[in-house]
Parts: sequence; structure tokens; C-alpha cells
Amino acid sequence: MIRLLGFAAIAVFPLLASPYALTLANYSGLAALVALGLVLLTGVGGLTSFGQAAFVGVGAYATAWLTTAQGASPWLGLALALALSGGIAGLLGAATLRLSGHLLPLSTIAWGLALFFLFGNLDALGRHTGMSDIPPASLFGHTLNSSLAGYTMIWLAVAVAFWLCGNLLDSRAGRAIRALRGGTAMVESLGIDSFAMRLAIFVIAGMLAGLSGWLLAHVQRFISPTAFDVGPGMEYLFMAILGGAGHLAGAILGAAIVTVARDRLQDVLAHIGPNSGQLEVVVFGALFVLILHRARGGLIPAVLKLLPARTRANPPDAAPLSRRALPEAGTVLLEVDQLTKRFGGLVAVNQVSFTLRAGEILGLIGPNGAGKSTLFNLVTGLLRPNAGQVRLLGRDITGASIRRIARLGLARTFQHVKLRPSMSLLENVMLGAHPRGRAGLLAATFRLDRAEEARLAAEAMRQLRRVGLDAAPHGLAGNLALGQQRVLEVARALAADPLLVILDEPAAGLRKPEKAALADLLRQLRAEGVTILLVEHDMEFVMSLVNRIVVMEFGTRLAEGLPAEIRANKAVQEAYLGGVA
Amino acid sequence: MLLAQDGIATGAIYALVALGIVLVFLVTRVIFVPFGDLVAYASLSLAALEENRRPGLIWLVLLLAGLAFLTEALTLLRAGHARLLPRAVLLYLLLPALPCAVAYVITPMDVPDLLRIVVTLALVLPTAPLLYRIAFRPIADAPVLVLLIVAVVVHFAMTGIALLCFGPEGARPRPLTGAIFEIGDIIVSGQTLLMLGAAVAASIGLLVFFARTLTGRALRATAINRVGARIVGIRPGEAGTTAFLLAALLAGLSGLLIGPVTTLVYDSGFVIGLKSFVGAIIGGLVSYPGAALGAVAIGLLESFTAFYDSAFKEVVVFAGLVPVLIIRSLLQGQAVEDAEEEL
Repeated sequence: MIRLLGFAAIAVFPLLASPYALTLANYSGLAALVALGLVLLTGVGGLTSFGQAAFVGVGAYATAWLTTAQGASPWLGLALALALSGGIAGLLGAATLRLSGHLLPLSTIAWGLALFFLFGNLDALGRHTGMSDIPPASLFGHTLNSSLAGYTMIWLAVAVAFWLCGNLLDSRAGRAIRALRGGTAMVESLGIDSFAMRLAIFVIAGMLAGLSGWLLAHVQRFISPTAFDVGPGMEYLFMAILGGAGHLAGAILGAAIVTVARDRLQDVLAHIGPNSGQLEVVVFGALFVLILHRARGGLIPAVLKLLPARTRANPPDAAPLSRRALPEAGTVLLEVDQLTKRFGGLVAVNQVSFTLRAGEILGLIGPNGAGKSTLFNLVTGLLRPNAGQVRLLGRDITGASIRRIARLGLARTFQHVKLRPSMSLLENVMLGAHPRGRAGLLAATFRLDRAEEARLAAEAMRQLRRVGLDAAPHGLAGNLALGQQRVLEVARALAADPLLVILDEPAAGLRKPEKAALADLLRQLRAEGVTILLVEHDMEFVMSLVNRIVVMEFGTRLAEGLPAEIRANKAVQEAYLGGVA
Repeated sequence: MLLAQDGIATGAIYALVALGIVLVFLVTRVIFVPFGDLVAYASLSLAALEENRRPGLIWLVLLLAGLAFLTEALTLLRAGHARLLPRAVLLYLLLPALPCAVAYVITPMDVPDLLRIVVTLALVLPTAPLLYRIAFRPIADAPVLVLLIVAVVVHFAMTGIALLCFGPEGARPRPLTGAIFEIGDIIVSGQTLLMLGAAVAASIGLLVFFARTLTGRALRATAINRVGARIVGIRPGEAGTTAFLLAALLAGLSGLLIGPVTTLVYDSGFVIGLKSFVGAIIGGLVSYPGAALGAVAIGLLESFTAFYDSAFKEVVVFAGLVPVLIIRSLLQGQAVEDAEEEL
């Protein structure tokens, strides 16, 4: 509804607006395209770039050179602009996207400047004066050189880009992208390639900027390098954050506000003094800092609060996703064989061996510092062992990547719950089912993934029902109590159709009734044939639940047996109680 | 050989700036992008004083002092600590205004060069701590990413104000020394030696400061663990102020030294800061000697590319960061980090 109103407003605007307002609207639209890419990057994916203006420049110069020096059609220029901006973004992304938090945005400043200086120093690109006499685009013999034609092209591009980005975010790949913020450990443990996702949004943002550059070149008909400096790059970021970097609409709102405000400010500030040429930057800068200090979410969240909340129906049932062949109860599922991990001189895990059979709950217990977590990380692929083997259904998975181990059917939960609090319960569980779908970015962008999406949603709904969290599937995961969040993680693990679920200290921090509810759930799952490895130090919780127990102390296996045997074991009592009193 | 000499001299300045960047980053987690700007301000101010013009930095410092005082006063009033207001007046208004007043008075006078240099340094000193109070301290616990965005924004806001204060003209102060030395066949200017000497002295000075003095140790403690430092009675806010103060000193020195060699305008500091930063990244952003060496490497790279094709020296220097980053990210391997970055 709101979207329709927005599209209608865009369509009607040129009928009412003065030529001057139309020009401003054109610049808003050009900026909105770039800011849209930044919403994907920064607000959704958690990556920050100050260098987007350089991609605008790549697009603009690519088409300007091709159409003036080579005399080619602007439409060929569009192809080159998109290919070059996307290609350069891909190369730069491949080089820099693995960098940790702050190094990445700084490197965007560096390559942004490098490209800017390149534009300003190449003879073929007109050096610091830029390029002029760029031909307008034409369609079916009509030359698109009026302000209205420019408006139509620009806002059509904005509308299409907005729609496609919206499609993308509401999809299997989009969920993975939205899950990027807040750390990659959880994302990788679901079998999602976080680097590929980052690269994808980086390339998309680069191409959106390139598209904006192409439009700029053919609507404005001249370009100069100053528009592609890091300063404008920061302004694009300001637009996205001012509007609300978490929302696509924030890009359009922010771009419109900043473009109009700059225009007004330049009028006012020009009268202040001879050197007041950059004062609007000061005003924007002060505002930007204020927003970062006070309201990092931007304007859109405040607007959304005023609107009635959307009510959404539960996802309908759909054909189930294909399942993997589960081994018969009793077959050896996981073998840990003489596993050893050393950190320098410290042997954290020393030749530990145990086996886990399908259909059982095995408890791995030990006092703090016994090496449980290290063993856990060795099995799930976070750490590589120095010696020994881990086998899953006879297949050697020692030292395989987290992602591959996850895809082979090992699902886990985290001691410190790792959910995406701003995503719904349903979406969090659908993330778990990620490896069971195959629709890619392109299919998602053009809505060819709906059948699979329905099946993923139905599967997630089934798992929510299974663990008893199906009351409000569209509620936000962040609103749950800790106990429920743990259960939600279990549902997410189940959605992966795992061979084995590994729970990392699931009882930690839970109140007694929550523990009891969790234990009941795990018993129910065992009855349904789920195999569980439980790493825990809450003895009472483990004893009441598991089939067998492995006890660790000082990195070695201290004992293994039935709960009753372990309880009677002198060595275990000593380890836990510090010697017989 | 001349190229190498030139490169090392510029590299020494980048090293000074890189040291300041690393220092501020380690203590406050702020990547202080406007740092390079201060270098340019110092140089422009000294040049102005030499020509008996009032340096625009006076107005800039007064403006920042006013803003910082407002921020502090609002915070104090909101927390109900009105009795601390006189202290805020002293720290954020009177203290920064002091060098401004001196600079204002001596501008038309014929004073020794040394006094001008001291006054210039004293003018630069308050800028960084004041910026810290205004823009960074209110969000000291925010993610690095937010602090960085703020730093970049502050830089751009500063360029706007600097244009107003300094005007668009470039300036070049007189060399600090006109001496020329001949060592064998090589001719070395005194200015080059000064630049090198200052870089070495500052590195050693920082080393001693951090290893031997209580304040230095407190800064190191804050860098390693903010919460821990607070528990043992170190105020991270004050540690931050000290770090910014030291950094401003380094920036002022760099500006005085580089000024006579290159003509600077109000916004050329950005590029100096970034080049130093590239150097600091080469060194890993956590080690002082590493940062200094990286910065010297950048100086050399710049001087050699400038010789072959001066138009592209910036392109080469900034594009040079990309392979460095690739190597770093390869070394880093498959590290699964768990950033809690939230905007």
C-alpha cells in the first residue's frame, strides 16, 4: 500500500513540479541509487564504504569515453558501465572484504582516492576538467534529452532497483545477507558462505553506483572528477544513515533530504563570506555526527513507528523439502579418534576418543577448563587438531571447514545464543534450512524462488511447532526470553535436517523451569530419532537426560559410561568435588 | 640517491603522523582521520605568523573550545554536577584561549622565530583534545566502525571550517635551518636531518614514555583493556585526552617540519594523514616501529613514482594499499571473527 503510494507520487510529481524542482528530483534519484547500494552494504550487510562515489565515476567515465571517443551507443555504454563498476567492485571486494571491521572502510577511502586521482590525471578522460558533449540516450528514435526524459529514466531506474533489492532481501540469499551483521561464526556454522554473500552485496552496490554514473553522464551531459571524490562518497553514506540504513526506503528519503537541503544551504551560506564555499559540508558534518551520537537508526524507524504494524498470516503448508537419509538407530555416527590439540606448550585436548551412535544423547561433561570447548571446536571445524581424526558416518572430516561440516549434517547451537534479534522467529529458523534450498541471487531478485521459499517457510513453521514456539512466528527473536532463545536455536539446528545436533552448554544461564522444559524437549527429540551430543557442565541436567556420558578433565578422557556408572566413579567425584572430603 | 633522501625525509614525517594515529587508535579505538589536517594547520599558522598575519587557527581553536565547553557543560548539568562548571571553564575555555591570546598579541610584533614556533605548537595542541571532547567522548563505547565514520565526518566538517579560517591560498614557512652538510658526495640539508631526527626522537620518546612513566603505563593499560583500566582507577576519558594531546604534539611537530619542504593548503592534510595511515596499516596498526617503517616505505614509494610520473604518485600510493591488504588478509587466514558491530 505504502509502496503503491510512493510509486504514484513518483509518477505524478513531474506534472506538478517546476523545472527547477524536477532537476533537484533528478539529482535526488541519482543519489538514491547509490544510497540504495549503501543500505544493502552498511545497513543490511554491516559493511561500510566511503568509496561509492568512485564507482559512480567508473560508470560515468566508462560510458562517456565509449560514447564520445568511440562514438558508440549510450546503451552499449550502459553495458560497459555496469560491467566495469561491477568488475572493479568484485576485484576490490575480493581483496579487501576479508579485512576486519575498521580496516575495510579505511581501505575504501584509499581506493576511492586512487580512482579519483586516476580520473583526474588520465588524458583520455579529460583530466581535471572532465568530459563534456556526452550524447543523450535515445530510444526508438526519440532523443532522451529533456529534463522530463531524464526524470523518467532516473526514477524508473530507482523504482526497478528498489523493487529488485526488496525481492533480494526477502529471499534465501537475502536472509543470509541480513544475517551477516553481528559476526560470521553463526552464519558459517549454518553452511552459508559469508564471504560470497559480502562480495555479492559489494558488487551489487558497485553496479548500482555505476548505473547512477551512467544516468548522470547522459542526463547531465558532462562530468568532472570532483563529483567522484571521497567527500561525495561520505555524503552518500550520510544519506543512507540519515534516512535509515536498515531500510531500503531510507536511501530514497535520505537522498531527497540531503539533496534539497544542500541546495537551500548553498543559497544561504554563500552570503556568509568569501571562503564559505564548503560550509554546507560543515552543517552536514555536524548533523551527521549528531545522528551518529543520538539516533543511529535514522529517520525511517521513527516513521515506521507511526504506521500500524503489519499483520502477517502464518506460512501455509507446502511440499516438504527433501531429507537426507538418516542412519538406522545404533549405527556409529560420529567417531572421535585420538584427537589432540596443542596451544603452544599447553595440551588442551590430549588423545581423546569416543563414539556416538545414531539415536542417542551423549553427554560430554567436565569441570571448567577440562577442554570441552576446544573439543567442541575441533569437531565443528572452528579449530584444526594437531593429531587424530574425526569421522562422520565413516567419512573423515578432520580439519574440514565449518561450512562443509555443517553441510554434511552437523548442526550446532551456541553457548552464548547467536540469533539475529531483529529478524523474526520464522526467519531465524529458515536460516537454519539455508543449505536445503538452492535458489541463488538472480532467482531471488526476479522472484523465481517463490515455490522454494514457501517450502522453506513451511519447514521452518514445522520446526517451530515441533519445539513449541509456533504461537507468534513473525515476532522478533530478540523479544524472547533466554530459555526460549535456546529453544529457537534448537529449532534452527533441526531445520537443517541434521544427522547430529551438538548443543554447547544449553543449560547455562537458564532458570530451573526453563531447564526442565529444555530437557523435556530434548527427550522428545530423541524419541523422534534425533541424535544429540550435549556439551555441558551442569551435572544434574545431564544425568537426567543422556544415554551415556564422557567425562573430561585436564584435556584427557577421564571416564565413559552410563550415568549411574559415572555417578559412582571415584575419579569423577574427585575431579568435580576436589577429592573425597 | 637524491630521490631516496627525499623519500626518507617525507617518510619520516609520515612516520611521525603514523605514530600519532596508532597512539590514538590504541588508546581510544578512534582512527583519527582529521589528524593530517592538524599537520597542515600547524604549517599554515607558522607561515602566517612569519608574515605577520593572524593565523586562522586562532579562530578555529576558539570555536572548538566554545563547542567543547558547551558539550561539557551540558553533560555536567544533566548529571547534576553544576559545581564542576568552573573547572570546565578553566579546562575548555581559558586553557585553549591562552595560546590564542598570545598568538593574537605577537602577530604584528617582531619576535624571535623560536617564539613563533612555540606559539604555533601551543595553538595546535588543544585542537585534538577539544575534538575528542566534542565528537568522540560522548560515544566512547561505540563500535570502532561508528567512531571511524564520525572521524571521517569530522575531517570533512573541519575542511569546511578551515577554508573559512585559512582561505584557499597555500603557504610555506621558512626552513627551520638553512644548513647544508656534505657527507662524501652526498649533500644533505639540515631540514632533512631535522625531519629524520625528530622522527627518531619522537619514536624513542614515545617508547620511553610508555615504558617508564605512570601516565604512559596507564595509557597502555587503557589500550589493552578499557574496563580493566577503569577498575584499577584509570579514567578512560582522561587517558583519551592525554592520547589526543600527545598526538596533537606529534601533528604540530610534523607540520613545522614538513611545511618548509612542501606548500600546504587548508585541506592538504587529509592526503598526508591517509598516506601515513597506509604506512601504519603496512605496519599492522598496532606496532609503533612497524608503523614508522611502513610510513618510510610509503615516503620512498611516493618519491620514486613522483620522479617517473608525478601525476600518478597519489594513484600509486593509494592503490599500493590494495596488495598490502591482500597480503594481510591472506596472512590472517580463515579467521572467523565475531564482531558485535551495530550501527
